[in-house]
Amino acid sequence: MSTATTTPVPVMPARHFLNDNYGIRSWLLTKDHKRIAILYLLSITVFFFIGGIFAALIRLHLLTPNGELFSADTYNRLFTMHGVNMIFFFLIPSVPAVIGNFVLPIMVGTKDLAFPKINLLSWYLYIGGATFSVLAMVSGGVDTGWTFYAPLSSGYLRGHVILMAVGILIVGFSSIFTGLNFIVTVHRMRAPGMTWGRLPLFVWSNYAASLIMVLGTPVIAITLTLLALERGFHIGIFDPKLGGDPVLFQHMFWFYSHPAVYIMILPGMGVISEIVPCFSRKRIFGYAFVAFSSIAIAVFGFVVWAHHMFVAGISVYSALVFSLLSYAVAIPSAVKVFNWTATMYKGSVQMDTPMLYAMAFIGLFTIGGLTGLFLAALGLDIHIHDTYFVVAHFHYVMVGGMVTAYMGGLHFWWPKMTGRMYPEVPAKLAALITFIGFNLTFFPQFILGYMGMPRRYWAYPPEFQVLNVLSTAGASILSVGFILPLFYFLWSLKYGEIAGNNPWKATGLEWETTSPPPTHNFHEIPIVTKDPYAYGEEEEEVPVVH
Amino acid sequence: MKLNFPIFPDQASSMAWHVDALYLFLVLLTTFFSVLIAVLILYFAIKYRRRPGHVAQQIHGSTLLEIVWTVIPLGISMVIFVWGAALYYHMERPPSNALEIYGVGKQWMWKFQHPGGQREINTLHVPTGRDVKVTLISQDVIHSFFVPAFRVKQDVLPNRYVFTWFRPTVPGTYHLFCSQYCGTKHSGMVGSVIVMTPEDYANWLASGKAEGSLASLGEKAFQQYGCTTCHRPDSGARGPNLEGLYGRPVRLTDNRVVLADDNYIRESILEPNAKVVSGFQSIMPTFRGVVSEDEIMAITEYIKHLAPQESNPLNNRTTPTQIRDSEVPNIQQQNKEQNEQQQQQSPQGTRPANPSGKKP
Repeated sequence: MSTATTTPVPVMPARHFLNDNYGIRSWLLTKDHKRIAILYLLSITVFFFIGGIFAALIRLHLLTPNGELFSADTYNRLFTMHGVNMIFFFLIPSVPAVIGNFVLPIMVGTKDLAFPKINLLSWYLYIGGATFSVLAMVSGGVDTGWTFYAPLSSGYLRGHVILMAVGILIVGFSSIFTGLNFIVTVHRMRAPGMTWGRLPLFVWSNYAASLIMVLGTPVIAITLTLLALERGFHIGIFDPKLGGDPVLFQHMFWFYSHPAVYIMILPGMGVISEIVPCFSRKRIFGYAFVAFSSIAIAVFGFVVWAHHMFVAGISVYSALVFSLLSYAVAIPSAVKVFNWTATMYKGSVQMDTPMLYAMAFIGLFTIGGLTGLFLAALGLDIHIHDTYFVVAHFHYVMVGGMVTAYMGGLHFWWPKMTGRMYPEVPAKLAALITFIGFNLTFFPQFILGYMGMPRRYWAYPPEFQVLNVLSTAGASILSVGFILPLFYFLWSLKYGEIAGNNPWKATGLEWETTSPPPTHNFHEIPIVTKDPYAYGEEEEEVPVVH
Repeated sequence: MKLNFPIFPDQASSMAWHVDALYLFLVLLTTFFSVLIAVLILYFAIKYRRRPGHVAQQIHGSTLLEIVWTVIPLGISMVIFVWGAALYYHMERPPSNALEIYGVGKQWMWKFQHPGGQREINTLHVPTGRDVKVTLISQDVIHSFFVPAFRVKQDVLPNRYVFTWFRPTVPGTYHLFCSQYCGTKHSGMVGSVIVMTPEDYANWLASGKAEGSLASLGEKAFQQYGCTTCHRPDSGARGPNLEGLYGRPVRLTDNRVVLADDNYIRESILEPNAKVVSGFQSIMPTFRGVVSEDEIMAITEYIKHLAPQESNPLNNRTTPTQIRDSEVPNIQQQNKEQNEQQQQQSPQGTRPANPSGKKP
């Protein structure tokens, strides 16, 4: 079926964005969205592994019930820094700032993002924020939990809360700039013929996530500033001893941090919407529904924040409203899952590595999403709130969902980014190991949570030990699944097969240019005449621009 | 070595199986949809695998299907919503005739006071077959009162009373956890809830070394802090009469009407000027930092027990009683002096326990 036999052996393009310029200056002062994406890739990989090391230490500690490995203070620092690193310095920038930065401008058919200098500035802000965070970590760390609940964080703990808050505040601006850039680019810089109805779903979902970044992130900046003012200058805002209200902090924190989980998951959903049609050789099922479900998630996502606070002392009636709205936000996610599944129906499915990750995503995200229904059910949430059930739920969405999607996307666009293929066998193996390790790590935590084990426990009753040992065993498998790609991706840079423009025979403008793309993406701005995912129509003809 | 490997928590309250029913329903639902999606994905991946001669069949979508898989999940989720909301509504509203226990959370311990005056630390004894309402407050940061076997959890806030309730059903010893991260020894802020048969509970109460009922402890504190100086049931009193106050609406100087509940009484002790009763002046000093949370709870219990007197209905006066500043007692000053005196004398015991004849 494949036309690979008739196509000539692919060759590296002579000139592309990686060899257009050499030297450290050409990278640090670049305005090329693709190079900025690579800078982001390197930086967030560092933070992913730092956060991963914290996770590994947490799991090691929890092997025994009585807290034998670390002191309670050290343990509290570990889980705080695991959360802060993973959320603010890895998950939020992951797909948008790396994959989005790289492919979104090419997908809409333009030479760069709308504001290339602001794009570079966003990376510097990320590094600036990261510097503060690292400073906070090496000077002793923070033990507030990533949620920074007041008055504990503002008046009781000795860690470097303000330093960390400043880091998060700065990194927040980097995500505001990325979001702003995406929104303006999508509105103003689409190639001729690239109508809204022809935008790839990856663009739609990143557009939706950008709306949240721009509208939501200022709120976390305000919240953390107020927290720092209370901690540093004793201005009473949240601490009742100073005349403040601690529940106010939770409202403000979750007003950003709940939509933020959609910043994390929406771009991942966009990746899946690209991979599934490509490896099924089929148009996406229900394009408009998948596109608008992203917008629906972004809109509803802003009005469900208090479902984190059902036992925090809010009124019964506001709890009822927030529970109802939380079910509303679940529907568009369900619609997406059904559409991806239907896309595979009567397709021509090839289970290459990106597709394996996409299938894992659909399964794990389904479990992650459905267990969210438990937590949104008011009477049930009373029991499982702040237990390991919550930990399992959000790791199913954030790791089983987002990290899996990010890995899938990285494998999918790796040939485009580097011009070379990764080795297929270790990649499939890594995907399989990740899937098994992930489930073994986090599934026992659902049971632990319903048994009543609270989160953030340095020591726990002995009857919880077996499930904790299983979870730690899973984590050691999972870590192999995450470390393996590091090696074969690096290996592929030198030894990987030359990919050619379109190794997957995918649709989308990014596959029409060379791999790696030239600095200005296209030698000629393309004119779009086809719907997205026009698989099948010209199955035999691979579009090549030059 | 016996492998202790339970996968389901004890059921020891009247609500436990209600919550579990919803949980099991959701487990079934999750299993059904997860298996459905997993089977479909794997089936499609195998049945429609890429192979020579097999071409994908292009389908653009189906509005009917989209409607079906929007409406069905919506319908199911509304069922879950109503089910969960009904449970919550029931669990968030304590029955009126419940046994009332007061609890204080602080870094890193739980303190409980029973109506009979018995006090406990990190253990809580409760009888089976009776609704128990626990009124909770924190002395420092946010904690959370979590008893998995009862399926109850309530964040415990500083500066505000919150409530939870349960009806224990099975005698035994169950975990009490703090489930809101509260600093270094968060995981050490644990204890036991000991559920006893009513007979055992009565014996336990009788054996407890109570100094007197909670209300009588409150009365002592009420006198010790000089509250009686102003809060008297006569018409010339500088402070409002507290007899029969509890649970009644009170008109304030700004014409708002508030309910005199636990939170109102506590606020009026700590921040007397926040809500001044109509017809009175804001002359009461704050007792913040003077009176402990335990004492406020005891005083509240005492006020609850003050029956309304026929001759002195709750007074929402229209004209303020004129008083001079010099007449207002400086409670904190008095208290400080008293403490200093006490420190010079032997501690405890010398405090005038002045039981007035007005026992509740």
